[in-house]
Amino acid sequence: MQAPPTDQLHSKLIPMLQEIQERLGYIAPEAVEWLAKELKLSEQEIYGVATFYNFFRLNPPGRHEIRVCLGTACHVQGNEKLLDTICERLGIQPGETTPDGRYSLERVACVGACALAPAIVIDDEVHGRMTQRALQRLLDKIDREDEEAMKKRGEK
Amino acid sequence: MADEKIELLVCLGTGCESAKSDVLFAKLSDEIKKHKLENKAAVKRIGCHGLCQQGPVIAVEPEGLFYCQVKESDIEEIIQSHLIKGKPVERLFYEHDDGTRIPHYRDIPFYAKQTRVVLKNSGHIDPSKIDDYIAVGGYKGLERALKEMSPEEVIEEVYNSGLRGRGGAGFPTGLKWKFARSSPGDVKYAICNADEGDPGAFMDGSILVADPHSVLEGLSIAAYAIGAREAFIYVRHEYPSAVASLKKALKQSYERGFLGENILGTGFNLDIRMMEGAGAFVCGEETALMASIEGKRGMPRPRPPFPTEAGLWGKPTVINNVKSLAAVAIILREGWEWFKSIGTEGSPGTAIFSLTGKVKNTGLVEVPMGATLRHIIFDVGGGVGTGREFKAVQTGGPAGGCLPKEKLDLPVDFDSLREAGAIMGSGGMIVMDETTCMVDVARYFLSFTQQESCGKCTPCRMGTLEMLKILDKIREGRGEEGDIEKLLELCDTVVKGSLCGLGQNAPNPVLTTIKYFREEYEAHIRDKTCPAMVCRDLVKYVIDPDLCIGCGACSRICPTGAAQGEKKQAHHIEQDMCIKCGACLEVCPPKASAVLKIPISKTLADIKGGAQ
Ligand SMILES: Cc1cc2nc3c(=O)[nH]c(=O)nc-3n(C[C@H](O)[C@H](O)[C@H](O)COP(=O)(O)O)c2cc1C
Ligand code: FES
Repeated sequence: MQAPPTDQLHSKLIPMLQEIQERLGYIAPEAVEWLAKELKLSEQEIYGVATFYNFFRLNPPGRHEIRVCLGTACHVQGNEKLLDTICERLGIQPGETTPDGRYSLERVACVGACALAPAIVIDDEVHGRMTQRALQRLLDKIDREDEEAMKKRGEK
Repeated sequence: MADEKIELLVCLGTGCESAKSDVLFAKLSDEIKKHKLENKAAVKRIGCHGLCQQGPVIAVEPEGLFYCQVKESDIEEIIQSHLIKGKPVERLFYEHDDGTRIPHYRDIPFYAKQTRVVLKNSGHIDPSKIDDYIAVGGYKGLERALKEMSPEEVIEEVYNSGLRGRGGAGFPTGLKWKFARSSPGDVKYAICNADEGDPGAFMDGSILVADPHSVLEGLSIAAYAIGAREAFIYVRHEYPSAVASLKKALKQSYERGFLGENILGTGFNLDIRMMEGAGAFVCGEETALMASIEGKRGMPRPRPPFPTEAGLWGKPTVINNVKSLAAVAIILREGWEWFKSIGTEGSPGTAIFSLTGKVKNTGLVEVPMGATLRHIIFDVGGGVGTGREFKAVQTGGPAGGCLPKEKLDLPVDFDSLREAGAIMGSGGMIVMDETTCMVDVARYFLSFTQQESCGKCTPCRMGTLEMLKILDKIREGRGEEGDIEKLLELCDTVVKGSLCGLGQNAPNPVLTTIKYFREEYEAHIRDKTCPAMVCRDLVKYVIDPDLCIGCGACSRICPTGAAQGEKKQAHHIEQDMCIKCGACLEVCPPKASAVLKIPISKTLADIKGGAQ
């Protein structure tokens, strides 16, 4: 019986958005519609909050999520150059997803691996001390695995 | 004691984990079982041990031995040699500058030169086991507060210790609590600020992973002192392991009666709820953070009223940083006199930094307040380590400043750093050498604050954008005379016209780099050169045909196809296609070293002519 009931309700907005994103990978319009009813807020209010925070995305992510750290330690160790390489290779800019839906690319500000900068997170796995060569290997490996998986599925 | 059980402590801090220490943990556990060594040895998880640079690390207790950069293939030897034959694996010990090996971590300069108070448990206890924390005196502080002291006495104790907030501003914690306690109202809140907004710092996250109960204990003490029955801990969402660690710790605290109803039989009730941030830097600011907990956009609001009068849902609220609260637990356990005996008169206690950048030993560092920057960077950090020249050190994150060589003997405390134009900040410390461009660094921070500005104050929103445009111009070689002066004017406008610390401090990186490295700005503006060879519009990559061995490494890695050439023939770089990612330079074999980064205005012939 601490905060008034509507306040308590509204304070659930961000955690619920987080849960939605965790499950769906993004904040789908239908989810916003549902949330609005649930929390007695307008959809506009919800979008206002969702767009304020960097974490929420309004479009579906790719199957592989690449997050390039552009925190200070990673910046000083030249991670922007690795980001350029990725943009070039995938043909997308940060915030975008490749047309085939395989990769999405984001920039983040520090993932806590500063001591091993530069760091890149691929599918929730943090890779420290990145180099152009290591990056190429990682992406090649994902491409190979995806290709094999596709072949397997094709054969079935 | 020969038959004491050997404990292998595998670091699962973010750094070591990214170097796959979880694999080492699994393999060690398996192998110990396989070799039936369970009676002789145990494997334990720990949070950040400190020396991330050497990760993944494994500490061996009780002896205090320290294995560095352990690979999966080393595990068998550790089992066979160390555990079975009793002969530690020397080649995995820390290698000193002179090539000798140092077996014990306490003898490694990085650790020997630190004073670990708040980080004492980090890397020594298993954070997932509340009993480990209790065994080293954990929750004694809370017990003392609840059973032996009135809330006023607790506040007095913290006030007397001289503790100042470790979130950046350095406000006396005891005083803050006193204000909140004396604010009228039955409903009050205590909040732990674990948003760790500084992009490039990981102290708070590491403490939450390595020693979560110390923070919960401190938060509980704060709640008791001010009269709160509900508390929050607001954690940065990019730290999944901190979130997981806290979740577990909260659960155990409830189970063991350190949280919930009638805590330790004293009649004190407290609930702590965790809330994950959603990636907005400004939410580290206290009023924005509270707006965020309330489910709103994280916009700061003017103070006064201060949170201690009207905070979360308009109720009196105390908000403290992770490190402040961890220190509180220690103060209540060890007494204020002891705490006050560490550090300086004006800033008692210790300072914790995440030391990164161009420094040999990157990692978590704790020193008494008043230690010099030189002590931290050179004695603990081992210096630049690349054989290059130290250029600057940045503290305080986007709100802080860059200090030059001449300031290395400055004592680190809240007041001295501020006088020099930097700030203590929350603990980010980034070392820069001659290959770091100060214009680029200033631009980096400004673009960060510009993007993170919540947009409420026009001078912050527009002023930083204007500044960013000028810095971009300078960096791209289009700078003009008068740009520096224009920047300084804009700094003034932004500082004066911003409501919260984000805008008020945003110009600091620009101000300090102009103050201490003005000649670097001038080189960009007048000579259109970047002395550090960082700004991409002012450099280019070329291949020296006399040195190129035609191995094709550059053309294989080049993402744009700019690096071209026939096998076994000298290669070249098509400048129009080059995005200056530097991949060719990285992969060119050292024996050839044919790829060069040169000023844009120069030709290869100029460089070679100059060298002769
Ligand atoms: C833009 C901005 C960002 C901040 N980010 C943080 C942060 O990430 N962590 C933190 O503890 N304090 C941060 N602060 C400071 C808080 O507003 C507040 O002073 C602090 O949490 C109080 O705790 P302390 O007294 O224990 O230092 C920030 C302040 C500003 C202006
Ligand atoms: S700056 Fe990249 S991990 Fe911290």
